[in-house]
Amino acid sequence: MRIIVCIKQVPDTTEVRIDPRTGTLIRTGVPSIINPEDRHALEAALTIKDQCGAEVIALSMGPPQAEDALLEALAMGVDRAILLTDRAFAGADTAATSYTLAQAIKQLGPYDLVLTGRQAIDGDTAQVGPQLAELLDIPQVTYVQKIELLSDGTCRLQRALERGYEIVETRLPALFTVIKELNTPRYPSIRGIMRALRQGVTVWTANDVPVDPNLIGLKGSPTQVQRTFVPEHKRNCVMLKGSLDEVTTALVEELKERRLLKALAT
Amino acid sequence: MDLNLTKSQRMIRQMVREFAEKEVAPGASERDSTGEFPWEIVKKMARYNMLGIPFPEEYGGAGADTLSYIITVEELARVCAATAVIVSAHTSLCAHPIYQFGTEEQKQRFLVPLAQGNRLGAFALTEPNAGTDAASIRTTATRQGDSYILNGNKIFITNGGVADIYIVLAKTDPSKGARGITAFIVEKGTPGFSFGKKEDKLGIRASSTTELIFQNCRIPVENRLGEEGEGFKIAMQTLDGGRIGIAAQAVGIAQACLDACLRYAKEREQFGKPIGSFQAIQWMLADMATQVEAARLLTYRAAWLKDNKQPFSKEAAMAKLYASEVAMQQAIKAVQIHGGYGYMKDYPVERFFRDAKITEIYEGTSEVQRMVIASHLLR
Ligand SMILES: Cc1cc2nc3c(=O)[nH]c(=O)nc-3n(C[C@H](O)[C@H](O)[C@H](O)COP(=O)(O)OP(=O)(O)OC[C@H]3O[C@@H](n4cnc5c(N)ncnc54)[C@H](O)[C@@H]3O)c2cc1C
Ligand SMILES: Cc1cc2nc3c(=O)[nH]c(=O)nc-3n(C[C@H](O)[C@H](O)[C@H](O)COP(=O)(O)OP(=O)(O)OC[C@H]3O[C@@H](n4cnc5c(N)ncnc54)[C@H](O)[C@@H]3O)c2cc1C
Repeated sequence: MRIIVCIKQVPDTTEVRIDPRTGTLIRTGVPSIINPEDRHALEAALTIKDQCGAEVIALSMGPPQAEDALLEALAMGVDRAILLTDRAFAGADTAATSYTLAQAIKQLGPYDLVLTGRQAIDGDTAQVGPQLAELLDIPQVTYVQKIELLSDGTCRLQRALERGYEIVETRLPALFTVIKELNTPRYPSIRGIMRALRQGVTVWTANDVPVDPNLIGLKGSPTQVQRTFVPEHKRNCVMLKGSLDEVTTALVEELKERRLLKALAT
Repeated sequence: MDLNLTKSQRMIRQMVREFAEKEVAPGASERDSTGEFPWEIVKKMARYNMLGIPFPEEYGGAGADTLSYIITVEELARVCAATAVIVSAHTSLCAHPIYQFGTEEQKQRFLVPLAQGNRLGAFALTEPNAGTDAASIRTTATRQGDSYILNGNKIFITNGGVADIYIVLAKTDPSKGARGITAFIVEKGTPGFSFGKKEDKLGIRASSTTELIFQNCRIPVENRLGEEGEGFKIAMQTLDGGRIGIAAQAVGIAQACLDACLRYAKEREQFGKPIGSFQAIQWMLADMATQVEAARLLTYRAAWLKDNKQPFSKEAAMAKLYASEVAMQQAIKAVQIHGGYGYMKDYPVERFFRDAKITEIYEGTSEVQRMVIASHLLR
């Protein structure tokens, strides 16, 4: 069994701050992490590895610093880590990203499973997983919260819906995009960290992957970002003061006044 | 001079910090009140190689260095000083002397399971009448054919009762004083070895501290660590290393105090503004931050010397002395900055205050550290 996990390095912040002047992400001083859902994808792959043996490969496209995310994946226990980094890859939108990742995956040879997170906390499009499956021409299951490998080589999955879930079965190879309900990711181990640094990350440039130069990087990106901006928040926060009773009464009055609460029987 | 941590040290700090915050911090206050030993956490630490950090992989360790281990103890102490000392006593005082002084066979039998975290370790020197004056211990080990027969009591033993493997210091030749002391590796369950009173303590309450009782306890010769008469030297060298661990524990507690105060100084308002806007509070915070940094640097340097195979006994004593006194002072200031709330169990500084004190006592009191430092100076 061979599992490829796509991981993205993202800035560690739930409230990404954007420079209102340039419209770009403020990255200085923000530590980088593995996209949270991608950690769940790694855990899913490593759980399968623990249970029935598998080769797990972590793959990331990004700037040279994205090596840190891959080192962490190695320290968690993946067998190999590959970083796609090249000036030619820079500026990629989701289409160019998916294409580049797909070409790299094809280059790796046969595989059984490709796992991605549902969406990245910075780009937030949730497009890369599905696009990648299309480019690889394999079945895809999104929002996966449970994975069960069946003895006949197929796979049974729970797919989260707004209310409840769907049970889906698929043959392999397939691609799943996973959500945090799937599992609890392990930490990197200390021995794992030492081994990861000894082993290192394999770096692939545009020369190492069979890519059409017109389909990668900025050139290969149909998305044109016109403007990014922070929506203005017009919220007035009122702090209620006093004893619990006073505060509660004031809150109820306020809610009634704004017709957010029906008048209570007194 | 390079004061940057290596990549592995940075990755280990990040990993341990996350582990400490997610796995250790949540129950710390609860365990402090119940005194319950954190078995679940110990199991998890074993899984992530946190119980064998500075030992080679071939002996079940993580293959990292002393400084990585020290950073780990510091990060654990930042959320729970009791968990930190469980790791420190296990690693520095039990696994390390076996690594340093043990035969290959002893390493395979004892170090491997200790470093893997399948077994927990402890170190037993102190007796009711022999604390600072460790050479005056009365526990005896009498040779009988291929065995030694141990008789005597040890008190205040960290990981007592919960540990599986104990380094025990005993007199093989009571006429020779310190030179008559020998070290032994004693396994829990050996007939004649039992546990006495479990102490009810001021702080580090989730760590186990017990009495050990040896009544005609037969230990095979293969379990003697080093030669007869080398025990005191082994114990002192072991404590040299252990002190860096306690210094790290103290740095962690001091940092926790500072963190709590910085949060509180911004949050708490009096006279219509945050108390952090008062200069009296600012000066305390500035001193605290400076001292914790100085304590950390002394501690890291002692670890660095050890990693670089240079003498570190004096530096370890300095680090332990300074860091423990800083931890205690920070804890006093932390309670002060929190005012009445700091005196209550609702805020963690109350626990830090009680936890800090032990760092000035065990593995040599502050007075002993000053004696060690002075003896190096006047050599
Ligand atoms: C408006 C906009 C502006 C952007 N600006 C920038 C920018 O300035 N700088 C920049 O670096 N990126 C930028 N990106 C994102 C960049 O194009 C992404 O790498 C790529 O498009 C992924 O899109 P996403 O972040 O929405 O990922 P999603 O589609 O939400 O990610 C889903 C999953 O796909 C996988 N995945 C995604 N990206 C990668 C990757 N690179 N390597 C491996 N696996 C991956 C992960 O498993 C992830 O969980 C921008 C995206 C958008 C939409
Ligand atoms: C929670 C806890 C855990 C412990 N864990 C362990 C353990 O795992 N293994 C172990 O072997 N021991 C352990 N100890 C014992 C600890 O190391 C001793 O308590 C410590 O060394 C002091 O010994 P004592 O308590 O007998 O004090 P004493 O030696 O009686 O000292 C009393 C006071 O006199 C001072 N003093 C003594 N001699 C001198 C001198 N010559 N000059 C100046 N001042 C002096 C001391 O500094 C101290 O202030 C632990 C103790 C505690 C409280």
